[in-house]
Parts: sequence; structure tokens; C-alpha cells
Amino acid sequence: MKLTGAEIVWEVLQREGVKVVFGYPGGAILPTYDAMTKYPGIHHVLVRHEQGATHMADGFARASGQVGVAIATSGPGATNMVTGIATAMMDSSPMVCITGQVGSKAIGSDAFQETDVTGVTLPVTKHNYLVTKAQDVARTLREAFYIARSGRPGPVLVDITKDAQQLAAEFDWEAAAPRLPGYRPNLRALPSEYQTALDLINSAKRPLILAGQGVIKANATRQVLELAEKAQVPIALTLLGIGGIPAAHPLNLGMMGMHGEAWVNQAIQQADLLIACGMRFDDRVTGNLRTYAAQAKKIHIEVDPSEVNKNVRVDAALMGDLGEVLDEVLPSVRAADHSTWLDHITSLKGDAAVRDIQSLPDSGHLYAAHVINDIWRLTREGDPIVVTDVGQHQMWEAQYFRHEEPRSLITSGGLGTMGFALPAAVGAKFARPDKEVWVIAGDGGFQMTMAELATVAQEKVKVNIAIINNAYLGMVRQWQEFFYEKRYAATPLLGPDFVKLADAFGLRGLRVTQRSEVQAAVEAARHHDGSVVIDFQVEQEDAVFPMVPAGADLDAMIRRPKPQPQLDVLSETGGDDEWEMPR
Amino acid sequence: MPKHILVAYVEDKPGVLNRVASLFRRRAFNIESLTVGRTEQDGVSRMTIVVDADELMARRIEANLYKLVNVLRVDNVTDKPAVARDLALIKVSAANGKRAEILQLADVFRARVVDIEEKSLMLEVTGSEDKIEGILNVLRPFGIIEMVRTGLVAMARGSEAVSANPPQLPAEVTEAPLVDSGLALAHSV
Ligand SMILES: Cc1ncc(C[n+]2csc(CCOP(=O)(O)OP(=O)(O)O)c2C)c(N)n1
Ligand SMILES: [Mg+2]
Repeated sequence: MKLTGAEIVWEVLQREGVKVVFGYPGGAILPTYDAMTKYPGIHHVLVRHEQGATHMADGFARASGQVGVAIATSGPGATNMVTGIATAMMDSSPMVCITGQVGSKAIGSDAFQETDVTGVTLPVTKHNYLVTKAQDVARTLREAFYIARSGRPGPVLVDITKDAQQLAAEFDWEAAAPRLPGYRPNLRALPSEYQTALDLINSAKRPLILAGQGVIKANATRQVLELAEKAQVPIALTLLGIGGIPAAHPLNLGMMGMHGEAWVNQAIQQADLLIACGMRFDDRVTGNLRTYAAQAKKIHIEVDPSEVNKNVRVDAALMGDLGEVLDEVLPSVRAADHSTWLDHITSLKGDAAVRDIQSLPDSGHLYAAHVINDIWRLTREGDPIVVTDVGQHQMWEAQYFRHEEPRSLITSGGLGTMGFALPAAVGAKFARPDKEVWVIAGDGGFQMTMAELATVAQEKVKVNIAIINNAYLGMVRQWQEFFYEKRYAATPLLGPDFVKLADAFGLRGLRVTQRSEVQAAVEAARHHDGSVVIDFQVEQEDAVFPMVPAGADLDAMIRRPKPQPQLDVLSETGGDDEWEMPR
Repeated sequence: MPKHILVAYVEDKPGVLNRVASLFRRRAFNIESLTVGRTEQDGVSRMTIVVDADELMARRIEANLYKLVNVLRVDNVTDKPAVARDLALIKVSAANGKRAEILQLADVFRARVVDIEEKSLMLEVTGSEDKIEGILNVLRPFGIIEMVRTGLVAMARGSEAVSANPPQLPAEVTEAPLVDSGLALAHSV
């Protein structure tokens, strides 16, 4: 069958099972857009900025486990995608980005809207391609999909010259099968590694599982829980691991790391064995590497060999798909009783519950933690998908929204990309139209990509948007409060009237300033047909606790303030004695 | 830091050298030299990469090289019986009747004279890096006008050769390779 390169693009997308693509047209990609009209089976979502297209594709991928697709034109269209590609790369999100490029004869001539896109995106893609011939389009795209979703997933960019889109070539799906002699997505560990790991597991007294996003990506919840239950091993989660293990599971301790609960970090520091499952010992979860889990042997179950021994030296590395590796390990794991260790961890909680903001009575102030916890209580029966932005609200979400299902929290972890939430939520909703989707964003990050409200309106997607509005770049302000003597340089933030803004986009806007109003607003949003923006005007100078200062020992945390009777302990002014610096 | 010599077989495609170089830059791995050239196999180029790295770092570099889709195979030949050669062209000042003395020294190092001018000589010398350092040291007092080195190329001894010829199979059917140790060294089968 003879088709143009542009038609071949859509043929391949169709055969790869793509139902929706997110994009923005322009000169160099016009032939592909023109051919799109012949493929009504694929829905195109017109974004308002190409960054939005990449976050949507990413959100789609994270919610579905399938490859997300974003399309843009050459030059500025492609460079606008870079942030979204880097975000997907850091969080191993499978994505294929298709960009138009100037004609192959013009390459290198600084032609209009020419950018070396494969050069620019080289370090932030799993792999990328420049296609200059129509006959190479099919195989390249098939390889791109295969690379994006296999092994450790990631974004792949395919830059296609305008002439390669326009000219015709023979299209033969079978003949265009990927040929990747150097690509090894599946590795297996030697039996000796398994033996070492099993000996460590079966002899540990204070074992702990560190569960990362790999649990979700590999669909290995069942296996991790089996290991935990059989050997009675408690589980700590990374930010991206949230949802991989049900929050309600008795062995789930919750989040570790910079804003994890203190007792979780203490447990890591005291463990004699860490079983890392699909996590990569990021600096946000280890703190000071020199003192990190010094008493613990370490087993690393990983799909990407380059992660092993990168930050933390390990005693056994089991390479491969997490679920498959655990299936192999499990029959030889001995049932164990670690009740002394589990009791000890419980005792580490100390007065944490008393210090928890949830235990404070309603003081008339609106705290972000309360808002988020209320949204959870009001929506929990449907296990909604929550997509957060980056900042304080993101950490409060991780702490106060309890996730029972994989893929129910979508957040930019590795890159920490502000502006991620709204577009990623649109993508998530396209992936899971059956699910209730909530955006939880800060007033800062929301303003970075709020133009996508127009996409929300045009596409009539239903997402509920909670803006945690503290009139600050809150997380940065918190660092200034703690480490820069409250010099609030460039963090106070004047936002628009978000209710009017929603109105301007033809959406519904609500404002909440009191805790007593939260429930009604959340209910109203849920029952409204279209998307709703809720402006939660929260305490301005609230801080996320506990906190490991960057580079400090993992258990040297700044604790939550102790509640003082009759006093509003988290008041906006706050003296130095409000929170305790680590010993 | 100790040196490691890695031999990488890569697909002979545009941009592959850039990918390798970019990897080293981005991960802050220290390259001492990198050479690239054709091999006996069509479509396969061979890189010899000398890095400043301890054992653990060398493994990480290897694992990262393997992550590049166009890298077919990586061999660390540091501790294997291997021949490693560097080539240098050295233009040395030979004024004031120093020529004979220089020629004698060149002979000791088995350097070849490739150009003679009235006041200078050009020598070509191949050998281990130590040998080249050696001749440079003895020539320095005469005045080195210009010098260039190719960087190391290496090959394991013995009659076997590693096949890095890309099997023309669809990607999905290649078998999962074994990882040979806890240090996560990926090895192609
Ligand atoms: C694109 C981008 N720019 C800057 C930052 C640095 N940064 C991290 S958190 C933060 C503040 C976020 O403020 P806001 O969105 O209002 O959320 P809050 O912390 O107040 O909840 C900033 C500026 C970032 N993560 N991403
Ligand atoms: Mg804010």
C-alpha cells in the first residue's frame, strides 16, 4: 500500500492502539495534520501550549499505563515541549512525541523555524530520531513505541522532516517491525544474586521494603504485598510509589523522605535490611548518603542496571521486571514474625499523632491539610485520581490524601515541574473517563499552565480543580522562612480572581475561605456537569512538616510544632520556637 | 584515579558519537580519550574509551553505555590480556647539530622519522601510553614544536573475536540477557 509519510504516521498510531493525541499544529507538521482528517478514529486535543500537550500525554500514560502521544511543529513548537519531555523522562513515563522538521534539504541552514530538536532533547529522552525519508517513518515510529513502553519506560521523540511527511512510500506494517540489536530492555539476574538476596531476606531481623513507582509501573502490588505479608516486612513508599500499596494496609507505613513521617525515616535508619522495589534512592528520600541506613544490607530490585550502585551501594541486585523477580523469590521466602520490630516502629510514632494538624480543633482558619483531607473524605468511595502540582500542597496531598489504588496519584516527582497538574489531569481524564479526577494545585503552579482551562472548556472534559491558594510560592517561602531568615524574596504572589477566571473560560468558579464551607464546595463541584475551579484561600504562612533539611541525615527532621492549648500554633507570624530544629 | 579501557561496539549511524559524548558530559564521567573507527563488520563502529574511574564507576559507565539504544556491546578490557596502542606525531626542533642525537633516541623508542627539515624532525611513534610519555620526556629538552596523539585503541589478545554484528531480528524476539553480577553489568548474549 503506497501512502504518504504523513498518512503512515496515523496508520502506525492507529495500529499501536492510540485513541487520543495531544498537539498543536504549525507549518512543518501541517502535512501530518492534513492527513489526520482521514483518520477520524483518533481524537486530537488542541492544547494552548505545547508544554500542555506533553503533560497531557504524560498524564494519560500515568493514568493508563499506555504510551501517551504529543504532536508539535518544528522550532518553537518542539522547544516548548522540552519541559514536558524532561518531566516524563525523570518519572519514566512512556510517551512518544512527534515533531515536524523543516525539509531535509534545508536542515542545517537555519531555515525558518529550524531547531536541532534531536540535539536539544538528546539528554531528556530515552531515545530520539530524525526521520528524513517517508520509507523510514513506519519502522521508526514502531521502534519509538516499543522503546517508550518497554524496560524502564520513557519519552521518545521522533522528528520528521516535512518532505518525509509529504512524499509517498510503501507501507507494510509487518516489514516495519522494530530492529534494535543494541536495545536490551529485559535483563535477568544470575541465580547467585537470588541466593544472596534470599539469604538476606530470610535472616533479617529488622527488614523494610522501600516501594517506588516501579511497583505501579510493573503492576507488582500483589507480589510486593505477598512478600510483605509472608515475611512480615513493613513498607515505606516514595512519593511516586503512593497508590502502589493501599494506604489502609496494616504494613504500609506511608511516605518516606524529605516530608515523610519521622517514624518512617527513623525505621529506615534503624533497619538491618532494605528491600528496594522499583525505586532509585533519590536524594529526596535518602538525605545525607553518608549516614543513610548505615546498619542495613540492601537489595535492589530494578529494571534499569544503571540505577544500581548509583547513589547507594547494594549487596544484591535483582535486575528485571519487579513482578517477575518477586514471583521467583517468593516461594523461597520463609514466613517470619517480626512483631518486635513492628512494635518498635509503632513506638517510634511517639507523640506524632498529637502533633498532627488533623488533631487540632477547627480554629476558624483554613489549613491546606484540612482542605485536602476533606476532599479525600468526601470523594474516597470512588478512589478518584488526584493530579497534583509541585510545592507545599503536593506534600500535603501526599500526607493527607490516602490512596488505595495504583495510578490514583499523578504527580511530577523527579523534575518537580510546576504547571504539571492541570494539563496532566486532562490527559488522565482522557485515559480514565470513568474516574473522578481532581487537580490539586498551588496558586503559583496553576498560573503557569492555566491557559489549558480553554482546552478543558473546548474539550468539555470534567475535572475538579482545587487551587490551594496561599498567595505565596509556598514551598520556596517555607525554605526562606527556615533557612534564609524569612527574607521572602520574590515569593509573595498576586493571583487573579480565580472565580472570575473560571467564569471567563465558561467554567464554574467557587471560593472557600472557611473550613465550614469546604464540604459544600466539594459536593457542588462533584455534582456540576462541567469542570469547576475552587479557590481555597488558605493560611498564607503554613509550613509542611516534618522536614529533612536538604542534605541532612534522614532522621534529623524538623518536627511538627507541639500543639499548645488555646494557642493557634500554626499562626501566620510564628516565633522561632514554633518548630524544632533537628538535634 | 585508576584508568579503565572500555571497548564499545556501536551501530554506525548518524549521531551515535554525539550520544556517547553527551552521556559522558551529562553524567560527569571523565574521559581521557575516545577514539572511533570502522571495524571488520559492516554497520558496526568501534570506540575505545579511556576513562578515569574506579571499578564501581566503570561499571556504572558500562551500564549507562548499554542504555544507549545504538550501543551493541561494551567490553572492559582493562584487566584482560589486551594490546593497547596510542600513536603520536611529534615535531621536534633539531637545530644546532642535534639531529643525530635525536635520531639515536628515536631508534631506542622505535619511532619512525616521517619528515626532515633543516631545523626540525617529525617522528611517528606507536605504543603504549607509557612508551609515548617516555619518548616525549626525552625529546622535551630539544624543544617540541608540535605534538598530536590519536588516543588509545585496544584489542583483546587471542584468536577469538567478539561478534557485535547486529542480528537483524525484530526487537521483541531477542532473548533477555543475563546480568553477570550484583554490580549490574549488562552483557549481551
Ligand atoms: C517550573 C518550576 N519553576 C520553579 C520551581 C521551584 N518551586 C518549587 S515549589 C515552588 C512554589 C510553588 O508555589 P505554588 O504553586 O503556589 O504552591 P505552594 O508551594 O504554595 O503550595 C517553586 C517556585 C519549580 N518546581 N518548577
Ligand atoms: Mg502557593
